[in-house]
Amino acid sequence: MKNNRIILDQIQLELAIQRLCYQLIENHNDFSNSVILGLQPRGVILAKRIHTELVKITSNESIPLGSLDTTFFRDDFRRRDTPIIANKTQIDFIIENKKVILIDDVLYTGRTIRAGLDAMLAYGRPDLVELLVLVDRRYGRHLPIEPNYIGTTIDSVSSERVEAKWVETDGVDEIILKENTK
Amino acid sequence: MEKLSTRHLLGIKELSKADIELIFSTAGNFKEVINRPIKKVPSLRDITIANLFFENSTRTKLSFELAEKRLSADVINFSASASSVTKGETLIDTVNNILAMKVDMVVMRHPNPGAHAFLSKHIDATIVNAGDGAHEHPTQALLDAFSMRHELGDLTGKKVVIVGDILHSRVALSNIYCLQKLGAKVMVCGPPTLIPKYISSLGVQVSYKLDEALEWCDAAMMLRIQLERQGGDEHSGVKFFPSLREYHNLYGLTMKRLDQLKTVPIILHPGPINRGVEISSEVADSEHSIILNQVENGVAVRMAVLYLLASSNN
Repeated sequence: MKNNRIILDQIQLELAIQRLCYQLIENHNDFSNSVILGLQPRGVILAKRIHTELVKITSNESIPLGSLDTTFFRDDFRRRDTPIIANKTQIDFIIENKKVILIDDVLYTGRTIRAGLDAMLAYGRPDLVELLVLVDRRYGRHLPIEPNYIGTTIDSVSSERVEAKWVETDGVDEIILKENTK
Repeated sequence: MEKLSTRHLLGIKELSKADIELIFSTAGNFKEVINRPIKKVPSLRDITIANLFFENSTRTKLSFELAEKRLSADVINFSASASSVTKGETLIDTVNNILAMKVDMVVMRHPNPGAHAFLSKHIDATIVNAGDGAHEHPTQALLDAFSMRHELGDLTGKKVVIVGDILHSRVALSNIYCLQKLGAKVMVCGPPTLIPKYISSLGVQVSYKLDEALEWCDAAMMLRIQLERQGGDEHSGVKFFPSLREYHNLYGLTMKRLDQLKTVPIILHPGPINRGVEISSEVADSEHSIILNQVENGVAVRMAVLYLLASSNN
C-alpha cells in the first residue's frame, strides 16, 4: 500500500472532466453527428460522467451514449489462466457515418483500444473515430495508438499500475499510481 | 477470476451450479453478439474444432457449427455414415487420427452412452458431448434452462414438466439434472411404458395424466416420440403404445387442453417436432411456444460453452 501516489484528486478530476468536455464541444459543436462510446468496464463510468457534464453545459439531452465490450476481440485470449469474463455492450443507435468518441480511463499499451476498434467496427463504418482518455501513460505503447483528448499525462514504469477509482464503484473519486504487487 | 470446474463437457451431472451460472452469463453476452450487424467475433481464431457425428443430427450439428464459426474457429465435419467407421475402425483410432491433424476440441454425438467419458480418458483434446445415446445431451439442457429463465426469471421453486418419451430421451435426463441444480421442481409425464421404472429416485415426480401435469407446471417441455429407438416405425407398429393416434389423444398437447387451464405454461420442445403427435400445430405456432427462441439461444449457449472450455485449457 505504500508508495501510492495520487495523480488526480477529486477536484482535479472534476476540472479535467470539465476541460475535456469543452474540448469536445469545440470539435463536435452540437453533437448532431457524434456519438459517445465508453469501453467496458472502467471507461463506461468516465463516459457517463462526461455525458452528464456535456448535457449540463450544452442543455442537449439527445447526445447518444453507449457502452462497448472488448472481451471477445482481445488478443490475450488463451494466454491467461482463466477466461476473460465479458461485460455488456449496449449501442442503441447507428454508428455508420457518425463521429465516434471512444472513451477509456487509462491508455497504456493500446491493446484494449485496438480490441475496441475491432469490436466497434462490427456495428458499422463510422466517419471518424477519436479517442479520449483520462490518463495517458506515455512510453508504454505496444501499438501505434494515440489519444485525441487527454485528461492528464504521466510517465511511469511497467511495475507500476494506474488505478481509477470512482464514487459509483469505489466510493471515492481519485486516480492513483500504485506499485504493482504481483 | 471465474472459470469452469471441468475440462470437458461430458454431462450436466458433472457441472456445478456456479458453472451453469457462468455459462448463462456468458451466453447472455453472446446472444447480444449474434444480434449485431456483424455476428462474428475473433475469440477462437487459433482453435480447430472437429464435429464428429456418429449419429444423425440436423439442428444440433448446425447449431454447433454456427457457434464455432461465429467464434472464428476452424471447423471440420465428420459423419459416421461416410467414414472408415463402416470399415471397422475403432472409436479411439478414428479420433486419434483426427487429432493427429492438430485439432483442439472435439464435439461428438455417439449412439453409445458413456462414449465421451471413455474417450476423455484416452485423448488430450477437450470433448463436448452433443448427445450420447439415451444418456445426456448437456448443451440442449443448458439452452432449455437458459430459455426458461429468460421467460420465467429465476428458476428456484419453478415447476417444469417433461412430457413424452422419457425412457429414450437424453434431453430428459440432462434437463432433470440441470433444472434441479438451478432449484426447479421437475415432473415427468407420459405413458407408463415410456417412463423409466426408478426415475423417482432422481427426485422427480411422476404423473400419468397430462391435464394434471399441465395444471401443476410453469413450463411444459414436450418430447418427441423416438420411433427410431423403439424398434418400430409408424407402419410396422410401435411397441410402447398402441398407436400414434391414441398417444396424441392421451398425451398430445392441443389448444383444447391449454384452454382449460387457469394459467397457461410456456411450451418448449427440443425438436424435431412431430406435429400432430406430441404437440398440435396450433400450439407449436402459438404465442405460448418458445420453440424458436430455444433454437436462437442454442447458438449463444454453445458459443459460451466453447469459449469457456477453450479459454480454460491453454
